[in-house]
Parts: sequence; structure tokens; C-alpha cells
Amino acid sequence: MNVIEISNVSKTFTLHNQGAAVIPVMSDVSLSVAAGECVGLLGASGAGKSTLMRLLWGNYLAASGQIVIAGTDVAKAEPREILALRRDRMAYVSQFLRVVPRVPTLDVVAEPLLVTGTPEDQALDAARALLTRLRIPERLWSLSPTTFSGGEQQRVNIARGFIRQVPVMLLDEPTASLDATNRETVLSLIEEAKARGTAIVGIFHDEAARDRVCDRMIEMERFAA
Amino acid sequence: MKPLFTVRDLEKRYGSRIGCTDVSFDLWPGEVMGIVGESGSGKSTLLSCLAGHMTPDQGQVHFDGRDVLAMSEPERRFLARTEWAFVHQNPRDGLRMAVSAGGNVGERLMAVGARHYGNIRETATDWLGRVEIASDRIDDRPSAFSGGMQQRLQIARNLVTGPRLVFMDEPTGGLDVSVQARLLDLLRGLVRKMGLSAIIVTHDLAVVRLLADRLMVMKGGRVVEQGLTDQVLDDPQHPYTQLLVSSVLQV
Ligand SMILES: Nc1ncnc2c1ncn2[C@@H]1O[C@H](COP(=O)(O)OP(=O)(O)OP(=O)(O)O)[C@@H](O)[C@H]1O
Ligand SMILES: Nc1ncnc2c1ncn2[C@@H]1O[C@H](COP(=O)(O)OP(=O)(O)OP(=O)(O)O)[C@@H](O)[C@H]1O
Ligand SMILES: [Mg+2]
Ligand SMILES: [Mg+2]
Repeated sequence: MNVIEISNVSKTFTLHNQGAAVIPVMSDVSLSVAAGECVGLLGASGAGKSTLMRLLWGNYLAASGQIVIAGTDVAKAEPREILALRRDRMAYVSQFLRVVPRVPTLDVVAEPLLVTGTPEDQALDAARALLTRLRIPERLWSLSPTTFSGGEQQRVNIARGFIRQVPVMLLDEPTASLDATNRETVLSLIEEAKARGTAIVGIFHDEAARDRVCDRMIEMERFAA
Repeated sequence: MKPLFTVRDLEKRYGSRIGCTDVSFDLWPGEVMGIVGESGSGKSTLLSCLAGHMTPDQGQVHFDGRDVLAMSEPERRFLARTEWAFVHQNPRDGLRMAVSAGGNVGERLMAVGARHYGNIRETATDWLGRVEIASDRIDDRPSAFSGGMQQRLQIARNLVTGPRLVFMDEPTGGLDVSVQARLLDLLRGLVRKMGLSAIIVTHDLAVVRLLADRLMVMKGGRVVEQGLTDQVLDDPQHPYTQLLVSSVLQV
């Protein structure tokens, strides 16, 4: 069963305040991803890998086509439908962590569970377990991650992404700034998610990681506009 | 589920000048909508028309299936006191400065029928706690409070009756940045926990990024773009929105 079904999607950016420059990024993208499958996106810098992820997340607006994810066409959905999809069925580990200032790490990680109505003690337990597994020292849990190192922030981001079990995950360079031990943990998390039937789209510059978790690679060149 | 608040073709003119025009949207239960735009773009005019402070020249406004513009003045006032709340930019406009902090909150409870003094005081104390005002300040007047405290008190006064729809006009305007961040945290928590629907007017894109599910961008009294907040901010389609987003450093 395909959990992600992209058909005929195109994306251009028009920069109205820079002489209406038009940047065609991709055209006629069609791609499906089945439950339990991990598809990796390949391509040079600027090829549109992150843009495609953001289209799937509903963060960028598709100029045309359909992007059906776990029953919702994000290319046409209302804001509240996209928010419901993100809340219940999809997780996104972006390249960089973006958080509300002043919120402690433990709450940042537990939040995706809390908003789906998981009791607070249960959500916090799950957050502690994942932070422990990702080796974030306990003394940091009560602090906001805004001042953490790059690798620490990335692991917080990963913990936040993996705290729920969802049918769809988007992973943008999840192992980029991690040491070997933490990288291993993240790859195991990805393998466990696949085994549960999660459909994954990922960007991995790390070739060994790619070989280990991706079932298929997609060259963005194919969709060059 | 049905929309909580439905607005169609709303227009308000000041003589020949447009205040706002051609505004339509549906707000769903639990949804927070931000309205942004440059000074004079019609944000406050629109909010006033929505909240019944001003009568629009055209259009329809329905709340929970009820035609708001067809209501009698007492009916509308009752609605504004019970199921709606309005948080003003200047706390002085939303507070009674001559009444104690506890009284400001308790008064609202009494207006919706609470009579037992002990219960009223207990609820008021609880709400002051929720907005981080120490319980030993309950008998002080708001004039003895800082701007940030006054704003938090105004929020307590407005939310104590458990409204379903809250209107806010620049709720963090005029406060310094660290106080703003704290207030935003607080608002965000309250809105989520109480499942409130809200419409927030602000010129601050960081505020909407944090608080609003969806965003409406206004220019010259018209809505030029609307959609999911992060989508409008990260992939703006209209030239004016692109200008607005590129004029701020980082949100
Ligand atoms: N919000 C935006 N507005 C305008 N142009 C954008 C926007 N986002 C991306 N682009 C453009 O789209 C193209 C693809 O960018 P994208 O970030 O998807 O590349 P990428 O393949 O992820 O590259 P990298 O490997 O460097 O991360 C680039 O030309 C970029 O400048
Ligand atoms: N009472 C009034 N009489 C005449 N014109 C008015 C009145 N109130 C507002 N206007 C005009 O209507 C337009 C919209 O004003 P409004 O106050 O709604 O803007 P705003 O978007 O809230 O601006 P700001 O960000 O500065 O608060 C402006 O051109 C303004 O001058
Ligand atoms: Mg990228
Ligand atoms: Mg105004």
C-alpha cells in the first residue's frame, strides 16, 4: 500500500521583488512510497531535495499536481487538515531545530505526544527514554536547546521526530553532524520505524547510512525543470 | 465538526476611504488565526467589525450558527461577555484601573452569574497564578503593576469565564522583548489547554509564527494572501507578502 503518492507535481519560485525572477525547481514529479519503505533523495546542492520534503510537509505550496499523504492531499488541503496530518500521521526531522524560546528540552521532545492527548507523565517518560537513548546528558533536559551544540540540537530534533509512531516520516540529513555512536542510534531508530511500517523519505549525504536504510534512491535530476 | 465563526464579504468604509473590504473566512474550533499587514492596512478595523465594536457596512458574521449582525444590542453584549473575549493592545482599555486585580477577574465571573464570594476569590486567585501573578498581589490595583503584569491581568480577566473565541489586537505590542516572549509562552499554553479559537492582529511575524495556525495578510483593506502560517511565511506567493517577510531579519 502506498502511503505517499505524488503525481505530476511542479514547483517554481517567483521572486516578485527581484525583478519577478522565476526559479523553476522541479516539474512533473511522480513518486510513491509504500509502508515500511525508505526512499532516499539524491542530487547536487540546489537540486531541490529539501524543497520536495517541504512540499510533502505542506510548508511549500505545490504549483500543480497532487501530494496524497496518508489520505490527505497536501497540495489542496485546508490549513487545519495539514495540521491534523502533521499532528497524527506525519513527522518531519528538519535539517535545523527551530523551537519556541524558553521551553525546556524535555518539553520540546514531549510536545508532539502532548498535543495528541497522551497523558503528561507518559509523554515525559517517553521523552526521557529517547533523550537517554540519544545520549543527551540529563543536566541539559531542563534547559532550552537554543544554546546547545549543533549535534545536540540535531539529536533533540530527532528525539522530537521519533517520539510518536507515525505512518510517514521525512528526514532531512538526520545523521549529518553526529559522531559514530549517535549515528548508529539514529540508524537503528530508522530501522525500527521501517519495521513498524513507517514510510520514509530521507536525504542522506552519508553514503553508508544511505546504503543501510534506503530501499530505493531517487535522482532529483529526473525532475529537473 | 462545523466552523465556529463564519465571515462573508465583510466591508467597512470611513466615508469614501476603505477600512476593510471583501473579507471572507471560516474559523474552526480550536483554530488560531493571525492577521498581519502594514500600518493602516485595516487590521484593527476588521477586528472591530468582527468583535462587534463597529458595525460593518456590508457582509455577514455568524458565530456558532447565529447571525451576529442581526442580534439585538443586549444579546450581542451578552455574547461578548460570555462566549467571546477581547484583549486590547493597551491593558488600560481592557482593565478597570480603579478596581483590585482580584476584582478585575472576579467582576467577570459575577457578570456571568457567579455569586459565592469564596468561590469567586478562589477562582480569581487560581487565574492570577496561571498568568504568573503572585497571590499576594490580589488586592493591588493594576496601576501598581508593570505593563507586562497588566497585560497578563487583562488576559486572566478575559479568559476566566471560559470563552470560546478570543480577539486580540497587538497583545504583545508596547512590551519589551523578554516580557513579550514570556507572555507569548503563556498565551500559547492557555490557548492550547483551553482549546480556544482566536484571532490575533499583530505586525510581528515572530508572534504569528509562534501562536497562529493560519495567517491572513492584509494590504489596503484587502486580504492579499491567506493560508497555513509556516507556508505563508516560508513560501509567500503575493509580492506584498514577500516584501513583508524579506523585510524582517529572521522569523
Ligand atoms: N523559499 C524559497 N524561496 C525561493 N527559492 C527557494 C526557496 N527554497 C528553495 N529555493 C530554491 O530552490 C532550489 C532548491 O533548493 P533546495 O533547498 O531544495 O536544494 P537542496 O537540494 O536541498 O540543496 P542542499 O543539498 O544544498 O540542501 C534552490 O535554487 C533554492 O534557492
Ligand atoms: N475612525 C476612523 N475614521 C476614519 N478613518 C479611519 C478610522 N479608523 C481607521 N481609519 C482608516 O482606515 C484604515 C485602516 O485603519 P486600521 O486602524 O484598521 O489599520 P491597522 O491595520 O490596524 O493599522 P495599525 O497597524 O497602524 O494599527 C486607515 O487608512 C485608517 O486611517
Ligand atoms: Mg537541502
Ligand atoms: Mg491597528
